[in-house]
Amino acid sequence: MAIVFKKTRGLTDVPTHYCPGCTHGIIHRLVGEALEELGVLDNAIGVAPVGCSVLAYKYFNCDMHEAAHGRAPAVATGIKRVRPDNFVFTYQGDGDLASIGTAEIVHAAHRGEKISTIFVNNAIYGMTGGQMAPTTLVGQKATTAPYGRDEAHCGKPIRMSELLATIDGAKFVERVTVTSPAHVRKAKKAIMECFKVQIEGKGFGIVEVLSTCPTNWGYTPEESLRWLEENMIPYYPLGNFKRPEEVE
Amino acid sequence: MAKVLMKGNEAIGAAAIKAGCKYFFGYPITPQSELPEYMARELPKVGGVFLQAESEIAAINMVYGAAGAGVRVMTSSSSPGISLKQEGISYIAGAELPCVIVNIMRGGPGLGSIQPSQTDYFQATRGGGNGDYRLVVLAPANVQELVDLIIEGFDIADQYRNPVMILGDGMIGQMMEPVEFREPKRRDLPEKDWATTGTQGKRKPNIINSLYLQPEELEEHNKRLQAKYKAIMENEVKVESYNIEDADVVIAAYGTTSRIARTAISQLEEEGYKVGLIRPITLWPYPYDEFEKINPNCKGILTVEMNTGQMLDDVKIAVKGKHPVYFYGRTGGMVPTPNEIIEKVKEIYGGEK
Repeated sequence: MAIVFKKTRGLTDVPTHYCPGCTHGIIHRLVGEALEELGVLDNAIGVAPVGCSVLAYKYFNCDMHEAAHGRAPAVATGIKRVRPDNFVFTYQGDGDLASIGTAEIVHAAHRGEKISTIFVNNAIYGMTGGQMAPTTLVGQKATTAPYGRDEAHCGKPIRMSELLATIDGAKFVERVTVTSPAHVRKAKKAIMECFKVQIEGKGFGIVEVLSTCPTNWGYTPEESLRWLEENMIPYYPLGNFKRPEEVE
Repeated sequence: MAKVLMKGNEAIGAAAIKAGCKYFFGYPITPQSELPEYMARELPKVGGVFLQAESEIAAINMVYGAAGAGVRVMTSSSSPGISLKQEGISYIAGAELPCVIVNIMRGGPGLGSIQPSQTDYFQATRGGGNGDYRLVVLAPANVQELVDLIIEGFDIADQYRNPVMILGDGMIGQMMEPVEFREPKRRDLPEKDWATTGTQGKRKPNIINSLYLQPEELEEHNKRLQAKYKAIMENEVKVESYNIEDADVVIAAYGTTSRIARTAISQLEEEGYKVGLIRPITLWPYPYDEFEKINPNCKGILTVEMNTGQMLDDVKIAVKGKHPVYFYGRTGGMVPTPNEIIEKVKEIYGGEK
């Protein structure tokens, strides 16, 4: 019988620890497929963050480096600067990238580091139990915002893709989600294009993926997908913010 | 090779390049900025990379990445900057990666001053970051020794897969002395087959990591680390002693302070006093055993430091209550003078030679 689908070689055969309904699994698969399809898997070095995807180093089937909280872009910089011929990527959540690691991501982009970042934004701290993130929506409840995020108290959520798109060294910036098959296909396309920016030596690239957290949001997996579409997308618009200009 | 006159901070850079270090990640801070400046100038000439990071935190994490990728790599800073690096140092120690970290100490706490001091002894030898880990801490007393220890430091780091710290002070970083670049004794260094280089489809993925969620696994990891530290304690202690079997008073001092102590000892000898010196070159592992050789009738051990008494704790551990232990220190960037040390030694003598 012909094989019409098989698991990508980009992922190991280890069951993940992610909660039911969490979209990290889909995003892992897309990254693994992109690494494999672009032929860079065996040459790739990934950097895992601290947060829900802290164990990503077990799941990607390539050399991996576990970073401290927020420091993945600095670790990736160290790797890429000494191994410029390897494909180097970071996989980070919103607490990691948009809070404790803002300096590292902004300056990696600013230097035009030839690395690729997958930024998974689920508007909450998942691993530590549902605390408020810099990306938590106004009014959204979290364990450290029990009355809902109050703009007067802690400001509005930060939009990292828009911020990074203003930086010259960032050559590819796109926000996607994975709430439907159509969105999954678009997300895959964005990740492929982002990775190609590194392969072609053009500079820094990032794909922000809006993701769900049924456990800490307190919804079922299906409700979570709906909540994301109805609440997150209006504040975090999907689309490409930047891609390298075609030079003939 | 002929001797050349070099400033301490620049000599560190030259020695690192001589040792095959082609990668440097740092952030400016007085009194060590001549070192990153030197690396920015020289590393591109040897096909290496100097990168000025956005912070000391980023710099040490770049070192963490580069060391994991299997190359010789260095960073440097001074006291407040070294505090910022502690997170990364703990990860590097936990993931068992080799690298060399230079601390050209200045006065503290806080922003302190930019003058020389030895106030980071506790931080360097007790672990400034979280967890049960050790750095190999090397304390040079002159620019030649600084060069020798940098070159050997890279070998020690590679041999044990452990970060090595060079602990100098603003004085040694800023002074100029003649140096020559010598080959260290050859060590049998292990292959870096654990490094992230890309699998090339030929092996299982290499993972650089310090996370062990199962308590049994983390305890085993710590036992492995402790076994390694024990081997370092057995093999890597360095100390220089002078006349300790015969001395009435022994001074314990390291780095710049040990040079001032030497001057004081020479003057005291001219007056008929018998004074010895123990100069630890490795602050960790500490040369505790050396103190066993001290004259049993010695009137006291005088620790001299540019702080308020930090190595003093190790001296007390080493002496085991056999001799009275005294302390003389200046701090805040003040440097003890030979006369101050002489007065203190005479006080211990109690008027009798």
